Amino acid sequence: MLNLTIREVSLALREGRISATELCRRCLNRIKKTQHLNAYITVTEELALKQAQEADSRLQQGVSKGPLDGIPFAVKDNFCTENIKTTCASRMLREYFPPYNATVVQKLMDQGAVLVGKTNMDEFAMGAGSTDGAYGPVRNPWGYAAPYREQTGATPDSDWVITGGSSGGSAAAVASLTSFLALGSDTGGSTRNPAALCGVVALKPTYGLLSRHGLIPLVNSMDVPGIMSRTVSDTAIVLGILQGLDVRDSTTIPAPPSLTELPEDFDVKNLRVGVPKEYHAPGLSVETQAQWCRVADMFERAGARVEQVSLPHTQFSIVCYHVLCHAEVASNMARFDGLEYGHRSEVNSSTEAMYASTRHEGFNDVVRGRILSGNYFLLKKNYQHYFVKAQKVRRLIADDFRHVFSSGVDVLLTPTTLTDAARYSDFTQEDNRTRSAQEDVFTQPANMAGLPAVSVPVALSRRGLPIGLQLIGPAVQDMKLLSVAQWIEQKVGFPSIRDYDNSRNETGVTERERTSAV
Amino acid sequence: MATRSVAASELLYNMNSRISTLYPNVLCVIRRISTRSSRCHSQAQPRAKSVPQQLVGVVGLEIHAQINSKTKLFSGSGVCFSAPPNSLVSFFDGSLPGTLPALNRRCVEAAVMTGLALNCTINKKSYFDRKHYFYADLPAGYQITQQRRPIAVDGTLTYSFLGGRKRSDVIRKVATIKQIQLEQDSGKSLHDDVHSQTLIDLNRAGVGLMEVVMEPDMSCGEEAAAAVRELQLILQALGTCQGNMSEGQLRVDANVSVHRPGEALGIRTEVKNINSSRYLARAIDFEIQRQIDVLQRGGVVQNETRAYDSKSGETIPMRDKEGLQDYRFMPEPNLPPLIVYEDNASLPAGVDASQAVVVQSLREGLPVLPSVKRDMLVQTYDILPEHSFTLLSEDGLVDYFEAVLKATKKEPRKVIGWVTKELLGQLNQKDMSVSQSPVSPLALAELLELQETGHVSSSVAKQVFQEMWRSAGKSAAQIIQEQDLGLVSDTAQLHSICQKVVDSHPDKVRAIRAGNKKVLNNLMGLVQKETKGRADPVLVRAMLLEKTS
Repeated sequence: MLNLTIREVSLALREGRISATELCRRCLNRIKKTQHLNAYITVTEELALKQAQEADSRLQQGVSKGPLDGIPFAVKDNFCTENIKTTCASRMLREYFPPYNATVVQKLMDQGAVLVGKTNMDEFAMGAGSTDGAYGPVRNPWGYAAPYREQTGATPDSDWVITGGSSGGSAAAVASLTSFLALGSDTGGSTRNPAALCGVVALKPTYGLLSRHGLIPLVNSMDVPGIMSRTVSDTAIVLGILQGLDVRDSTTIPAPPSLTELPEDFDVKNLRVGVPKEYHAPGLSVETQAQWCRVADMFERAGARVEQVSLPHTQFSIVCYHVLCHAEVASNMARFDGLEYGHRSEVNSSTEAMYASTRHEGFNDVVRGRILSGNYFLLKKNYQHYFVKAQKVRRLIADDFRHVFSSGVDVLLTPTTLTDAARYSDFTQEDNRTRSAQEDVFTQPANMAGLPAVSVPVALSRRGLPIGLQLIGPAVQDMKLLSVAQWIEQKVGFPSIRDYDNSRNETGVTERERTSAV
Repeated sequence: MATRSVAASELLYNMNSRISTLYPNVLCVIRRISTRSSRCHSQAQPRAKSVPQQLVGVVGLEIHAQINSKTKLFSGSGVCFSAPPNSLVSFFDGSLPGTLPALNRRCVEAAVMTGLALNCTINKKSYFDRKHYFYADLPAGYQITQQRRPIAVDGTLTYSFLGGRKRSDVIRKVATIKQIQLEQDSGKSLHDDVHSQTLIDLNRAGVGLMEVVMEPDMSCGEEAAAAVRELQLILQALGTCQGNMSEGQLRVDANVSVHRPGEALGIRTEVKNINSSRYLARAIDFEIQRQIDVLQRGGVVQNETRAYDSKSGETIPMRDKEGLQDYRFMPEPNLPPLIVYEDNASLPAGVDASQAVVVQSLREGLPVLPSVKRDMLVQTYDILPEHSFTLLSEDGLVDYFEAVLKATKKEPRKVIGWVTKELLGQLNQKDMSVSQSPVSPLALAELLELQETGHVSSSVAKQVFQEMWRSAGKSAAQIIQEQDLGLVSDTAQLHSICQKVVDSHPDKVRAIRAGNKKVLNNLMGLVQKETKGRADPVLVRAMLLEKTS
């Protein structure tokens, strides 16, 4: 039951084959069984069961709220949840209980979805590994699945692999079947990167299509709530529900009047697929490159026009991103001073001393480092040289995409990450700054340009770990992008983790569920 | 000098009744101010080349005007001056993580209206920026303001004051408005030194401000005070700001420097904390003199922020603003560019006119501005320009004046004194506003009508007016009847009183007969004294003339 799609489980709920409460219990049980992944910071068991019961009474009366009624979901711990601890994986907000729900969370709850927990992440979403949070690193469920263990002979508890980040907890939650969908946030690839490494689908919508109200910001001008689920069609359902104007977020745009359901048989004939030559980046693994070629060939064979395109300013994207990101971080983090909420230091010799030690104690090195450099970039004497220049480069990067799309290209096909998931012990050889620069290289330009992008799992690597590919589309064409993504999904036949899930003592249950579900 | 200037600025603003009581005659006091300020005008005069030119002051103003709106600039919380602490704080105002600003259209309209009234160019596209600094009453760690491109630029403010040799000429000056920017107000910090703690009230945090930046083209405190006063009247006429300085709705920072005319501007200081109209001119003039003294002693003026201490009457350096602040400005990423439209025709498709800010419709809705109103009053009623200033200085006084005129045949020139002296004098004494006056315009008109038609003398009329003030609701006619204040028109009685006066002052009669006709007035005064001012002066004059001829 847990590895069904939203569409399937929603039907099962409405047909009474399972109750929302039972479904919720199974998710909660599975969360307990997969605790070693460290995917959740907070499990909202009590609330989840209450919401599930409410869903049940609606389902019994035949007044379902829609496809998400009774469906368990998880939320990255940087979205505000009313009276539920929201930490951003930081000591600064260790005991912070927001008084309101983020718009996207509220919309899911309004649809009857059941919140099972808040997921782990890099502190304030600053990272690409989900290794730099106050609650410890997240472990990739595929590192515990048979293919990886058989292929590498790894011992799970010493050679575990990372999830990617910063929404690693959400990716792990969806991949390990503890929730049917999860919200991530995507500023430079934070939703797509872990989705690729954990073998799930992730959409980074067009900037402004989803409200950021209640998302604790990293970079306001690039942040978007991301949607993670196990199929493209599930992602489309959630997108249909979450998109649209929000008076609380002045940067939102109205939902486009387009299809809300994806066509089952999307025809890629005459589709123009661009392959950006600049994305043949150093460090791209042979396997990932091979998958990229494989899918490009699939398109070609199906009648699509696959062509090489150029995004000449891509190479400057990361350095430019760092300037803009750090500047906004310096600004956004200024509010954490220990006065109104969050951690407050014991030091009280003066207001300034209190600020300083509060911020020193509350933030990790990564956050402090970015605040420091961001403030440096914003100094009057540096502003033109760094910030303004970076903004100009950002414009050039966005123009690159505009040129390509206006030349008639419908969608860009790229890798999502350079390689499959790294072992934790390897990943932490480099610092966060280096890792962020490496890992976001394919994902981050879409944020600079505000474009929709989706990562789809396409295969397991020789090590038995997922590889994902990314599609980038023109602004506001999110649904069309998903249609193409679904076409890939249908063609590649990516396996379910459930197929290998006999490691952790519930094989019998699994088999029963699978038969009853079909 | 010092006391005088207190009274002067005080009364120019007509704000503090205690001092007003000392000088109930407003006009007279305005003249007083001018006498004091003659120094500032003589400074600006070019000197003969042989004499080294004197140092003169250069003053620019930054005025923060709190927007008179129901809710704050970027949040839905209410705006109210004396609400209980922290009772008007939304999640956004408290800077809770994840909250975002949503611009209040009313505040934009207020800024556009103010810009139009100050002859500004309205930028059709303007931007918001973040200005960073750490302070306990600034919860987000930055203020959202308009640094790169404000909503209105390049305007003028025409203001006037009384000057010239007799201090009765209306001197008109123009101050250049550099820009008007929209920005957030901060909260308030209350420092408790005893318990060594600071209490924060965020009710004010996020209230909309219009920062009006004026170029340094004023030369002294008096000009600055007159400019601020005029701005205050304009804002009040527009309704975009209540303009009450004591409640902090209008706050003035002054950039002050001194130089010799023709030379480059000197190093400036910023005088902050001028939280009362009363001290504005004083603080600026003190600072100008202080800088002149520093330079004349061979010293150097420091570029610094100074606060005005009203107790000592001095400006003193502000310690917590020491050192160069780098505000690390950056664009506010959560607000799209602020777009206003010239007219309905320029609205793009899909934009609802009722949701957009349209300059043309705001322009059409502008009220008559104070300067125009004053000119109209002078022209229409043939009153003195200084009277028009007084009329405009008190909220509701023009309406009162015009209501009186409607109900009486008395000439405006004769009514004006009643309104600006008798009525305003009483109001100031009692610290009351025009709307609180116990004597309605109609009641005053009735009294004036009785005087005009010869039922009471002018001196008795003033007596009756005092009585009307004391016993609210009683008409002039009632009071005259009850207290027997009507003119004595019994000729026999008047004859005998006149005869008595003539008989008992033979020396004066002799003087009159010798040709000194002025002494007749003296006798008339004596008759009025006998009749407690109730005698018909025309009759009395005729009788006395006859008896002394």
